[in-house]
Amino acid sequence: MTLGAMTALPVSISSLNKYYGSFRATDNVSLEIAAGEFLTLLGPSGSGKTTLLMMMAGFARPSGGSIRFGGREVVHLPPHRRDIGMVFQNYALFPHMSVGENIAYPLRVRGTGKAECGERVLKALDMVQLSGYQDRRITQLSGGQRQRIALARAIVFEPRILLMDEPLSALDKQLHETMQIEIRRLHDRLGMTTVSVTHDQRKALTMSDRIAVFSRGKLAQVAGPSDLYEKPASRFVAEFIGESSFLPLTKTAGGLAYGGRPLMLAEAGDAGIADPLLMLRPERLQLARPGETAGEANIFHGTARHIVFQGDSLLIEVRLEGGDTVQMRLPNGSRQKDAIPAAGEAVALMLDRRDTHVVRGEA
Amino acid sequence: MAAVTASQLADNERALAADERRESRQLFQLAIPALVIVTILMVAPIGWLFSLSFVGEDGGLSVENFTRIVTDGAYVSIFANTFQVALLVTLVCVLLGYPVAYVLTILPDRWSRLVMLAVLVPFWTSLLVRTYAWLVLLQRRGIVNTGLDALGLIDRPLPLVHNMTGVVIGMVHIMLPFLIMPLFSSMKAIDGNLMRAAANLGSSPSHAFFRVFLPLSVPRLIAGTMMVFVMCLGFYITPALLGGGKVQMIAQRIEASLSLYPTWGPASALAVVLLALTGGFLLLSFAIVRRLTAGR
Repeated sequence: MTLGAMTALPVSISSLNKYYGSFRATDNVSLEIAAGEFLTLLGPSGSGKTTLLMMMAGFARPSGGSIRFGGREVVHLPPHRRDIGMVFQNYALFPHMSVGENIAYPLRVRGTGKAECGERVLKALDMVQLSGYQDRRITQLSGGQRQRIALARAIVFEPRILLMDEPLSALDKQLHETMQIEIRRLHDRLGMTTVSVTHDQRKALTMSDRIAVFSRGKLAQVAGPSDLYEKPASRFVAEFIGESSFLPLTKTAGGLAYGGRPLMLAEAGDAGIADPLLMLRPERLQLARPGETAGEANIFHGTARHIVFQGDSLLIEVRLEGGDTVQMRLPNGSRQKDAIPAAGEAVALMLDRRDTHVVRGEA
Repeated sequence: MAAVTASQLADNERALAADERRESRQLFQLAIPALVIVTILMVAPIGWLFSLSFVGEDGGLSVENFTRIVTDGAYVSIFANTFQVALLVTLVCVLLGYPVAYVLTILPDRWSRLVMLAVLVPFWTSLLVRTYAWLVLLQRRGIVNTGLDALGLIDRPLPLVHNMTGVVIGMVHIMLPFLIMPLFSSMKAIDGNLMRAAANLGSSPSHAFFRVFLPLSVPRLIAGTMMVFVMCLGFYITPALLGGGKVQMIAQRIEASLSLYPTWGPASALAVVLLALTGGFLLLSFAIVRRLTAGR
C-alpha cells in the first residue's frame, strides 16, 4: 500500500453527551460527517468543541450517546483501537526519537516490516515536503516543520479519519496561511474524513467544507463557510464568524422596521424571526452620496465618529440617528479618497437589499 | 539635531565596555561572602583531610595508609560490602520508588498531594528516630513478626533485624524520598499528550509506557539513582544499629580507625578513597545522562 487516495469513512455522532458533574461540556450533540469531508468544529473556549474531538479520539468517555465510524460503534473502543490519525495542539512528537522514528512509530506498532516502514516514511516526508529530514532530532525543527512531521506521522498509516486539535495555534501568524493551504491540499489528495478544531474563524473559513459552530456545549449551526458568513442563524454565530454590528428591529404589519422606517429584506421570510436583529457586515455598508436615490437599498442616516486607518481599509464608526453605533469598512483606494468623511460629519449609509439579513437575537 | 561624530561613538564604546567590566566586578563582589564560606567549610577541610591521609604512624609523610587499604583483605571486603549494600538499597529504591512516582503523576492533584505528604513526613522525621523505630518494629517480638505469626503465615519469627535485611529495610526507607521527589518532578514534566499520541498511533497502554514514558524518564531516573547510591555509600547510623555488627560499611570502619590508630591518617585515607570512588561514580553517571539526552 502506498500513500494514495484512501477510502474515507463517514462519521456519525448522535445524542452525544458529556457531563462533568452538573456542567454539560457537550449537550446532546448530533452531527453527520460525510466520508471525505473536511469539517471544522468552531467555538469559543469551553464551548465543547475540544471535548467532542477528544471523545472521537477516545481520550474522553462520553456520558451517553453514540459515535460511529462508517457504521461501526466506537464509544467503547480504547484510543489505540480506533485507527484514526490525530494532530495534537502542540504536535506531541516524541522528543527521544528522530523524525524518521516518529513517523515510523504507527507503522512499527502495526508490525510493518523494516523495509516497507522506511519506504513509507520517505513517502510521507515527501508528502509534507520535508524529504531528507528523517535523521533530524525533533528539537532541530522549527515550528512549521514540526507541524508537518506531526501531519506526516498522523497520515503515514493511512487512517481513514484524521483529527486535528488546533493544528495551527502554535505557529507564527505568517505560517498560518501556507499551512492552511497545505493541510487542505493534503486532505484533497488523500481524501480522508478530516475533523479539525479551532477557535479562529478565519482558519475555519479557509480550510473547511463545512463548519460546526458550538456554543455552550450545543451545536449552534452547521453550514458551509459562505452560508455561515452570509446567513448566520443567530447573533452568536454572526459575531463569531466575521465582524458585524446589530440593530434591533421592530415588527410591523408589513414586515420589519428600524427606527420606524420599514426595511427591504433579502428574504421576506426573515420577518418571522423571533427577537429580530439586523446584521450589518462592515464591508457591505456603503456611503451614499447626498441626494442619491436608494433604489434597492436601505438607507441609514448618522454621524461619523471615528475613522481608523487599517492599511488595506478604513474602519468608520457611525452613530445612527436611532442612537445605535455601527461600523463600516471603506476599501483603501484612490477612488474612495474624496468620499472619506471627517469625524463629526453627517453621513448616509446604504445597505443593498440582498445584504439585508436578519438574525435571531438569542443563541 | 547635530550628528554624532565618530569620536563620540568611540567614547561611548569605551564607556560601555567599562560599565560592563564594573558590573561583572560588582556581581563577583556580591558572591565573595558565599565563596569565603564555601572555602572555609568545604574546600579547606577536604584539603586538610587529604593531607592528613598521607601522615604515617610515626607522624612523617607516608603512603602506608593507602597501601594498607589496598593490601589488607579486610578493607577490601568492607569496601565491597559497602558497595553491595548501596547497590541493593538503590535497586530496591528504584523498584519501589518508580511506581510510586508514576502513580503520583497520574493521580488527581488532591490525591497526589496526599500521597506526596506520606512520602515527605518520614523525610522530615529524624533519621535516628526512624532507625530506632525500625529496630522496634522488626525485632523478634516486634509488631511485624507478631502480626505475621497471628495471621499464621510464619511459625517462628523471621530474622528481620541485626542483619542485611534490617539494614536494607532501614536504608530504603530513608532513601526513597530522594528518588521519588526528583523522579516525580521529571515525570510531571513529560507532556501528557505524548502518551495520548502513542495511544492514538496504536500503542496499547503498556507498549506506550515502555516506548515513550519510560525512555523519557530514564535520564532523571539515572540521576536520582546515582544520588541515592552515593548517599548510601556514606551511611553510618542505620547500618550500625540495624546491622547488629554483621553488616560493616565504610563509615563504621572509619570510626573504628579513629579509635584504633594514634593518628588520623588511616581514617583520613579511607575517607579519601571513598570520596574518590564516589566522585568516579558521579562522573560516570553524568556521562551516561549526557549521552542519553544528547540531541534533545
